[in-house]
Amino acid sequence: MSELTGKRKAYSSSEISKPADAAINVFFIIYTIICIFPLLLVLVVSFSDEKTVLVNGYSLFPDKLNLAAYDFLLNDWVNVVRSYGISIFVTVAGTLASLAMMALYAYPISRRDFKHRGVFSFVMVFTILYNAGLVPFYIMYTQYLHLQNSVLALMIPYLIQAFFVLVMRTFFTNSVPTELLESAKIDGAGEWRIFAQIVLPLSLPVLASVGLLCTLNYWNDWFMSMLFVNDNVHINIQYRMYKALQDLQYLSSNSTAYAAILAQNPNFQMPSETVRMAMAVIGIGPIVFAYPFFQRFFIKGLTVGAVKG
Amino acid sequence: MDQAMQTAAPPVPQPARKTKQNQGYWRRFGVFYLMMAPALIILLLNNYLPMIGSVIAFKNVNYQVGIWKSPWVGFQNFDYLFNASDAWKITRNTILYNAAFIFLNMVVGVAFALMFNAMRSRKAAKFHQTMMFLPYFLSWVIITYLVYGFLNPEIGMLNKTILPWFGAERTIDWYTEPKWWTVILPIVNTWKGIGYYAVFYLAAIIGIDQEYYEAATLDGASKWRQIWTITVPLIRPVIIVLTLLQIGRIFYADFGLFYQVTRNAGSLYDTTLVIDTYVYQGFIVTGDVGMSSAAGLYQAVIGFVLVLCSNLVIRRISKEDALF
Repeated sequence: MSELTGKRKAYSSSEISKPADAAINVFFIIYTIICIFPLLLVLVVSFSDEKTVLVNGYSLFPDKLNLAAYDFLLNDWVNVVRSYGISIFVTVAGTLASLAMMALYAYPISRRDFKHRGVFSFVMVFTILYNAGLVPFYIMYTQYLHLQNSVLALMIPYLIQAFFVLVMRTFFTNSVPTELLESAKIDGAGEWRIFAQIVLPLSLPVLASVGLLCTLNYWNDWFMSMLFVNDNVHINIQYRMYKALQDLQYLSSNSTAYAAILAQNPNFQMPSETVRMAMAVIGIGPIVFAYPFFQRFFIKGLTVGAVKG
Repeated sequence: MDQAMQTAAPPVPQPARKTKQNQGYWRRFGVFYLMMAPALIILLLNNYLPMIGSVIAFKNVNYQVGIWKSPWVGFQNFDYLFNASDAWKITRNTILYNAAFIFLNMVVGVAFALMFNAMRSRKAAKFHQTMMFLPYFLSWVIITYLVYGFLNPEIGMLNKTILPWFGAERTIDWYTEPKWWTVILPIVNTWKGIGYYAVFYLAAIIGIDQEYYEAATLDGASKWRQIWTITVPLIRPVIIVLTLLQIGRIFYADFGLFYQVTRNAGSLYDTTLVIDTYVYQGFIVTGDVGMSSAAGLYQAVIGFVLVLCSNLVIRRISKEDALF
């Protein structure tokens, strides 16, 4: 962000009047509250007392606070931790594989002396133009690749995204000088070596922004889980949150913890509304902490992407 | 072409030279094919083989005999699709919502960018931009939780707190009354995405040469006038390109928004069912392969034409922004 805003020199002549500035400030303060308020609400409800919530509704100022919801989820930590593990694994492995494959594709089609670069660029572009849609895709994954209930089904669908490949290609073409490649070749370096030791190090900005977008895509994805996962093992954190909101039964029937508590205390009532929100807080946590950092790179990425549109 | 070959081709030694050239070509560029191979395999699995699978829209799929042996039925699936009122409804919903989203992204995005640019305190501008970007990074599942916090019919913020403030006598059962969603969905979509568009437009505004403004100020143009005669005209290409890119995808709805945020409530379908959720619902839930693959192909073909057209227009405005 500082790249965008820091550059501007202050021109007193072009500054707006104080009242106008104050009005804009007030407007944005309200809008910022609108952006944070829903998250705060979820956070507060997750720490509220279930009975208070049921009587007074969701509120930022509950009469009673307690940790019952987290207590409940803590009993069930194995499932939550496993879901986290799947999300983290798919995100990290998926992003790395995706970056490697896309860069390896973008490099040849960025080379002006490569005769078939047009054809292979088109092979990429065409996937943006024509999208066969859900039905054939689903049949491919289930009937032919048999990838149900596998982390691969959460990873492979997002590996190659044509738009990112085109962004990388443009970056390689514009930012890696052809003379550099030629002199490396004269010195006897092979294409792999040129790619790894010249092209990649010069392309860190584009790799960072594309990698960031891939990370976000993988981390926030629940759709592939919904399509391909129907067991209880391969559920990532997003899908677990979805299930928890979908039906409260899911939280209780799937939880071994619930059974254990019931065995001890047959009158136990699950604090369902607050547990739901606690589940959301656990899922939101990492993104809220990572996003200010993400956001900075993301803006850089915008300007990189702007080259391509 | 013919002419070139006639003049260029020497009569006898050509074949030998050609193989030699070919060997040189493969030695030099063969490695490129190896580099592209992994991505090509993934494209084949994710995109190209399913494209062939599009033909099931013309079949009566019977899993017992297998997809390829299932009988051809011509355009029967499409007949069903377009004779039911569904086709019209999902097309209307998809296009109208996307049109509203595109309009809001443009107007609100530009307005926010102009206001950010006008703010005197860079620090405050930066802070608000950061906060505004937060929803963009949240998944649709999380957004659904946040919306649910407001719309929960019994204990949600709106029914329990906000509506009583305004003296509303009755509570609204948000997840069963379709009419509200024509307002809720554009609000949610804009709230989530506006950070992206505002910052994009802001980048364009910051790129404008300050000399224009200095000259205008010397001529006595008011700040308001400068916005309309300098800033907006100069970022118009960016606005047009960004809008055209979205128009090209007007036939594709955001599945997460329409499936998650509405909690896929059947009673809302009148105003919330779009092509993408219709295909999913028909295929995965109802198991109607014929109709949903027909709807899928319908979307793919019209979508293809629209992306192609929008790209052609973008090419004429700004060549480097075009896809190809």
